[in-house]
Amino acid sequence: MLNAVYQLKEPRQFEMVFKDITFDDKHIIVRPTYLSICNADQRYYQGLRPKEVLKQKLPMALIHEAVGRVVYDPSETFKVGDFVVMIPNLPYEEDEVIAENYLRSSRFRASGTDGFLQEYVSTTADRIVRLPDNINPLVAAFTEIVSVSFHAIDRFVKTAHVRRNSVGVWGDGNVGYITSLLLKTMYPEMKVYVMGMNESKLNDFTFADETYLVNEIPGNLHIDHGFECVGGNGAHRAINQIIDYINPEGTIAILGVSEDLAPINTRMVLEKGLKIMGSSRSGRNDFVNLVELYKKNPEILEYLENIVGEQIVVREVRDIARAFEKDIHKLIGKTIMVWEK
Amino acid sequence: MKGSNVFGVVLAGGKGTRMGNVEKPKQFMEIGNKPIIIHTIEKFVMNSTFEKVLVLSPKQWIKHTEDLVRKYIVKPECVVVIEGGNTRNETIMNSIAYIEKLGKLNNDTIIVTHDSVRPFVTHRILEENIRYAMEVGACDTVIPATDTIVESKDHTLISAIPDRSVMYQGQTPQSFKAVKLRDLYNGLTAEEKSILTDACKIMVIKGEKVRLVEGEVSNIKITYPYDLRVAEALLGNTQ
Repeated sequence: MLNAVYQLKEPRQFEMVFKDITFDDKHIIVRPTYLSICNADQRYYQGLRPKEVLKQKLPMALIHEAVGRVVYDPSETFKVGDFVVMIPNLPYEEDEVIAENYLRSSRFRASGTDGFLQEYVSTTADRIVRLPDNINPLVAAFTEIVSVSFHAIDRFVKTAHVRRNSVGVWGDGNVGYITSLLLKTMYPEMKVYVMGMNESKLNDFTFADETYLVNEIPGNLHIDHGFECVGGNGAHRAINQIIDYINPEGTIAILGVSEDLAPINTRMVLEKGLKIMGSSRSGRNDFVNLVELYKKNPEILEYLENIVGEQIVVREVRDIARAFEKDIHKLIGKTIMVWEK
Repeated sequence: MKGSNVFGVVLAGGKGTRMGNVEKPKQFMEIGNKPIIIHTIEKFVMNSTFEKVLVLSPKQWIKHTEDLVRKYIVKPECVVVIEGGNTRNETIMNSIAYIEKLGKLNNDTIIVTHDSVRPFVTHRILEENIRYAMEVGACDTVIPATDTIVESKDHTLISAIPDRSVMYQGQTPQSFKAVKLRDLYNGLTAEEKSILTDACKIMVIKGEKVRLVEGEVSNIKITYPYDLRVAEALLGNTQ
């Protein structure tokens, strides 16, 4: 089948090409329905990645956050019409120690291989997870980014020492919102403090125990552990502030993506005996467990509705560019493409 | 999808016999290692709204088409190959007669008719055809004309140059409420039938509404060797 794939040819320029899908007894066909734009997509769209990276990876279809409906499944694991979230990580081997999203052999959609900006997506049964039928599709669209926070928390739980009376989450953007929301839902007894730059954004973190502007954090505040959800050129300032406020032997989880090197206060990392733990992306288990968490705690989905931003119906290639341009100017929130292309 | 009452009608024209030095019809040429007609049928089969996909073929190519369907199509039970007629519209009438024979024809039955040599049809085009055939009764897939259209009645001198901004180039699918289309066609005189170039004209000359569906520049009809080159180029890289 000649499948229309909408590739970014060069920054700000999308192009429709066709790729043949060959049917076999293993591959499932999913029709994408709602797609969500991530900052990683924006870095390609705006040409913010290094030139050699753009040269190596483009043309490529963007978008690694998407849901859709199954239209064909020879394995009969899914029924036609099942509503599913698609997993962008594509492992090529199994490892009993290293998680699928850290294996160097894994590929990732919209980063070296085509993303979900396609007429149909050919995938396998282990790369899709069934969603509850009544879930708001606009929220479901960005399940992937939620699974990344879920994954980071899962690693934190396995790594950090057991005194977890309080955590600080640095970042008042989408990742900060999602991470602090999951932490508060999964560990209601734990104090969750959120630090940010923008008071009006922080006002939306109503579930948090306290929110503080980064230049107004009380000097006597102490946290057992910290999450950095800032990224970009602010990452190092956030990490250094966490180092200042964290108790000895605490764990710092880094989630923010930065193109720049981040100078950090290693003297205090040593003195306090801190653990610094990076995490990136997510794997199948994170998606499966997150969907179970959605079912048990549906209030998470209501909170996540607060960060649904612009919804753009895409019927033409220029609608894709319109969605990306709108997304650039957002204050917070996820831009969703309602996929009718 | 059982009970949807929407049928795909893939029109596979072409003359010739299986024997001798006769050129194979264009729908059997290959792009991306599969016959063009198979790519086209696959797009219909992947859309679960279609209750069945009827492929209308010249009699002498029915077996060959059936063999290809069996070889390539993953849900062959969704596809049936039947004999076309002498003209495009007679072929469409054959499809409606077949649906009637199945006992599935009623006033709401929709047929989405499509050239077998337009394999680049997209999900959106098919969805909008189904939607507007249901809402309006008939629709035609078009793209805005990019070249100026020049009319010449004597084929020598220009008789008119219509305003390009209201001109469109017809593609397929063309979709209809099947009973309405059949009844209007049967009510035409032989002379009226002789001037028909496509099925939408049946509706237009009888004053019926036909909704435009936005096509795609890429939804090309593969007719000449040049089109095959364009089709291969549209296939892009295969990373």
